[in-house]
Amino acid sequence: MWKRDPLLRNLLLLLIVLVSGFSLVLHGQFFSMANLQSMAFQLPELGILAIAMMITMVSGGINLSIIATANVAGISAAYILTSMLHEGISASGMVFVILLAFSAALFVSFIVGAINGFVVSYIGVSAILATLGTMTVVEGLSVLITKGSVISGFPAPILFIGNGTIAGIPVPLFIFAFCAIVVSIFLEKTPFGVGVYMIGSNIKATDFSGIEVKKVLVKVYILSGILCGIAALIMISRFNSARAGYGSSYLLVTVLASVLGGINPDGGFGKVAGLVIALVVLQVISSGLNLLGMSAHLAIALWGGILIFVISLSVLKDKFSKPQAKA
Amino acid sequence: MLVVLFLMGAFLSVATEDFFSLENLFDLLVSYSFVGIMATGLLVVLISGGIDISFTATATVAQYVVAMYIIKHGGSWFTAFAMAGAIGITLGAINGLLVHYLKVSAIIITISTLNIFYGLLIFITKGKWLYDFPEWFVNGWELFRFQSSSGNIYSLSMPIVALIVAFAFTAFLLNKTVLGRGIYAMGGHQEAAKRMGFNILGIHVFVYCYMGLVAAWAAIIQAQVVQTVAPNSIVGRELEVLAAVVLGGANLAGGAGSLLGTFLGVALIAVLSNGLTLLGVSSYWHQIVIGFVILISVSVTAWNSKNKERKGADIDVEA
Repeated sequence: MWKRDPLLRNLLLLLIVLVSGFSLVLHGQFFSMANLQSMAFQLPELGILAIAMMITMVSGGINLSIIATANVAGISAAYILTSMLHEGISASGMVFVILLAFSAALFVSFIVGAINGFVVSYIGVSAILATLGTMTVVEGLSVLITKGSVISGFPAPILFIGNGTIAGIPVPLFIFAFCAIVVSIFLEKTPFGVGVYMIGSNIKATDFSGIEVKKVLVKVYILSGILCGIAALIMISRFNSARAGYGSSYLLVTVLASVLGGINPDGGFGKVAGLVIALVVLQVISSGLNLLGMSAHLAIALWGGILIFVISLSVLKDKFSKPQAKA
Repeated sequence: MLVVLFLMGAFLSVATEDFFSLENLFDLLVSYSFVGIMATGLLVVLISGGIDISFTATATVAQYVVAMYIIKHGGSWFTAFAMAGAIGITLGAINGLLVHYLKVSAIIITISTLNIFYGLLIFITKGKWLYDFPEWFVNGWELFRFQSSSGNIYSLSMPIVALIVAFAFTAFLLNKTVLGRGIYAMGGHQEAAKRMGFNILGIHVFVYCYMGLVAAWAAIIQAQVVQTVAPNSIVGRELEVLAAVVLGGANLAGGAGSLLGTFLGVALIAVLSNGLTLLGVSSYWHQIVIGFVILISVSVTAWNSKNKERKGADIDVEA
């Protein structure tokens, strides 16, 4: 896999260069427990949202509504948590409310995903437009529910999801690892996954080969939606609040991370493993620069620069390797 | 689309007293001139088969640099527009060259450049707000002014003139020039356009430069209207402009789209949110309504073309 894919190999090389560079400059501060832990806390939110983006891109689409979905799911959960929990509630009552809030978040994100999937597959709207539309509606819905304000103040068990650690490893990282493994099994080991890759490569041929394209696409967008719901739970827990505009800067970054991780923006190619490496690269850059006392915005600029650099490398490599192949 | 807009206009003028007043229409034009001007640039890129997400960053960079310059050194409208234009064209050329040579979909390239332009700008400037513009900038200029019966003064001010110029020039470009034909041809089928003898590199660079130029100028006008330059006020609005252009019937796959459609798209969103305000609908509902209009309109378009395809029994070997 690594030998055949120049993009992924370059990425891994880049990661090694970055990590060794930062650890030289920062004299071991980079490998300190505190830094590793803070990286592990920051990565999962963006990571799960990026997986949500990535699966739709593999199917040849895109999901612009991921952040809006996550916010509306987070707000639904937050609304239940703050309105139904009161002082002196029994332990079992609290568990019930928390479960209710979780299921509400997942249900809402499921519905948004199903609408996206329906509009894309059965009506035939291009994914970018369909999800742009749902993004606008869902974002409006979040603003309407919250009246533009912040819902905050959650009980300790909720805060544990985003801020707790088990054996020194942050809880969000476990959730992220779980999502990454499940999605990668789905994509690579099931008929559903094969269908997704085929649709991304050639939707007409897939249709003729007897795969129910529409159903697979609906499932892709539902899966993408549910992942947003899971990310939402981490987000509200980390912020200890929910609001309509959280994380809006993540949207384009998830596309960037996906492409950096070798997901073909036209669909059909790319693996979760590549995406995970890309996410680690992005995180290393921003944590490293942060330790050096640089602004977070320089990291954002560098993210863009690195993507173009990596793409250029593979384009250049293609150019130089072709004549050799002929000879 | 024209019918929908017309019906909405008619309904609003009956339902509310203020809608069809000159004051309201002028205000509407001024506040949507920014989106409208940018939409003309984005339309050109979409017709060529590309897409540009980075234009908001280009606009912000141009706005910020020009604002810093005129606050420090003064200058005139000419210098402001010339500087902004130069910045817009330069950043646009970067996009155009990358899209042409890297052969990766334009959305990816321009998301990267959005991050690069914007990230560097905030890194260098620390994201400070700018105000205290020189007097000539604060006052703006206008072609003529008139006093309405209620005593308010309205004028054909810079945003409106710029909006008209942007539409007129883009119409000329797309319909009356060889370059315009080339842009349509490239959006329809790049390889075919190349074999017809169109300069693909040139067109690529041109459309992104044009987008950059238009975005930069729109940003100067927006700065004049709001009288402050906040580096985070434009970035994030790229999808809003895209929605307006797409509502107007531009095809994301390239090769199709008209300026009239784009104008109607922008007008529809403007009239919709203005009408909802005048009708006394809480502003919390606006975005939901606009979202549904986008969703329904793209769904109807897609559904119609799907049915047409089915009736035509067209066997498309390529796709």
